[in-house]
Amino acid sequence: MSPLLLSATTLTTCLGRGLAVHAEALRTGQSGLRPCDFETVQLDTWIGEVEGVDAAALPASLHEYDCRNNRLALAGLEADGFVERVRAAVQRYGSRRVGVFLGTSTSGILETELAYRARDAATGALPASLRYATAHCPFSVTDFVRQYLGLEGVALTISTACSSSAKVFAAAARQMALGTIDAAVVGGVDSLCLTTLYGFASLQLTSTQPARPYDARRDGISIGEAAAFALLERADAAQGGGVWLLGTGESSDAHHMSAPHPEGLGARLAMEAALRSAGLAPQQVDYVNLHGTATPANDAAEGLAMAALFGAGVPCSSTKGATGHTLGAAGAVEAVIAALALTHGWIPGSPGTQVLDEALALDYRLAVSAAPLRTVLSNSFGFGGSNCALVLGARP
Amino acid sequence: MNRVLTAWIDGIGLIAPGLPDWPSAAAVLCGAQPWRSEPSVLPAAALLPPAERRRASRVIRLALALGQQAAAQAGADLAQLATVFAASGADGHNCHALCEQLAGDDRQISPTRFHNSVHNAAAGYWGIATRSMAPCQVICAYDGSLGAGLMDALAQVALDGRSVLLVCYDSEYPEPLHAKRPLPDAAGMAWLLAPRRSGASLAQISVTPGGQGAPTRMQEGALEALRAQFPSLRALPALDALARRSTADVALDYLPGHSLGLRLQPC
Repeated sequence: MSPLLLSATTLTTCLGRGLAVHAEALRTGQSGLRPCDFETVQLDTWIGEVEGVDAAALPASLHEYDCRNNRLALAGLEADGFVERVRAAVQRYGSRRVGVFLGTSTSGILETELAYRARDAATGALPASLRYATAHCPFSVTDFVRQYLGLEGVALTISTACSSSAKVFAAAARQMALGTIDAAVVGGVDSLCLTTLYGFASLQLTSTQPARPYDARRDGISIGEAAAFALLERADAAQGGGVWLLGTGESSDAHHMSAPHPEGLGARLAMEAALRSAGLAPQQVDYVNLHGTATPANDAAEGLAMAALFGAGVPCSSTKGATGHTLGAAGAVEAVIAALALTHGWIPGSPGTQVLDEALALDYRLAVSAAPLRTVLSNSFGFGGSNCALVLGARP
Repeated sequence: MNRVLTAWIDGIGLIAPGLPDWPSAAAVLCGAQPWRSEPSVLPAAALLPPAERRRASRVIRLALALGQQAAAQAGADLAQLATVFAASGADGHNCHALCEQLAGDDRQISPTRFHNSVHNAAAGYWGIATRSMAPCQVICAYDGSLGAGLMDALAQVALDGRSVLLVCYDSEYPEPLHAKRPLPDAAGMAWLLAPRRSGASLAQISVTPGGQGAPTRMQEGALEALRAQFPSLRALPALDALARRSTADVALDYLPGHSLGLRLQPC
């Protein structure tokens, strides 16, 4: 593919709001996880909750979009001057030439969960205040961002569980390659809700401790929430500088709804496709931000795919011990973390991980280390066997 | 300057109230048969192993049958096909059951209910059933889901030079959510889109994005009602042209203030 410039990025997670907070937290190996006290949830697990989400007030003109997920989206957009960067792009290209491609797994489902507690005792009806289109539907967050930023180009939500917001980079790149748009806001927004907390617990995939990716004793995920965005534009690569999307790769496991292919075959196909798309050999990748959820099966499958493709030759780590697994937002969160690593010249460590699983023969990094990075690969794999890998690179 | 996206339609699938498959629908659209109001008929999920076939929900049966209709008509190898699933919602009955249980005291939901709650559940079962490891997209744009799915499918056809199966579907929510999203039944359509004309090709489709006009409507009242009720049937005027084997220009509603210009030319 033709490289695309990430001309602006931002992210908001349990580590805080904005790029600077994340760069410092990742450089010093902090974690934002804490014991679960979300809403009325009673589960022995840890979560990555973003502080003050419910204090974000949507503009009165967009009040019908009000839900936790869109409040989180707004908080995310307001960090790092991202809104202003998009508005400048609209000035350059026109509102109909800027698209919006966002990934989410649960969108505003929390609103519906809460509304079910407030059903009319006599009729069973949901409260009048519940709005399906703007506060429940998977498109709600994309439509909100589109309206808030005044964008009128191609827009869609991708909802493929935990690969959702990696795949939006590929979808946006396709439309830009075809020339239907000149720029795209891409990203992911997923917020805490009862469905995912109780759902992953029902599958025995949540840990009672902070997540320990690739640890010999890893026993499950910590669910987090996040909003991460990037602005993609065509630019003159010869000018140098910046972080670029160099390649995207997508595949399906064709194996099981909630378990990965045991040898990580789908994961490997996605990574190979991303390298092919970027025109790179495995040896040219300097760091891999793993999907690394910290469940026994996911890390084992991904580790086998990594070893098959890279041997033990590439530094890798998972940052989900810092942010939690932000589900539909994870792909975009980790793409922005990859961009931070390229910009700042360090390889993130793996907060929470103590004793590496020696069965997985990888150059897995527990602690942060300085490294001049040129090319980073970021993995995202989801339920239903949906896989996506992104290649990002710095152009010095 | 907007680029025109072009592909060949090699297969069509359709399931809607009173229209159990594409041949029946084509006969109604041509005027050879009258439309009768009947609930949608959702075949068993023949692609799935017996145990999963028995448990398959309405939305899974719908999506699998639509994809199978279109791919079979084209003689396509299911295991090689890239897919785009576009749906305005997921499994409404499953969503209702989860929300009802999470509102009560016993929140220990079933693992199967949870993994079937993801928007890409039907797409996941399609991959498991067909053994296809090709890329699979699962797209939502509310009432514009068909237009969004079509744009991405055509982009893959153009850029990757491969056939892409587009499956667009809607399924109803039970009450009380039905009052918030009143889809009356399950319905949808599928197109197998190919980069080159072949012996299987039925028509060429060319899409120009960026239109702002009103969508093309069906002249016949009952069919227009179907088009308006189901986001996945918004392309009924295009299907009408395909059934009549006539050249037609159709405006497909996509996002508010944004339509897609479709040109259908039969082979």
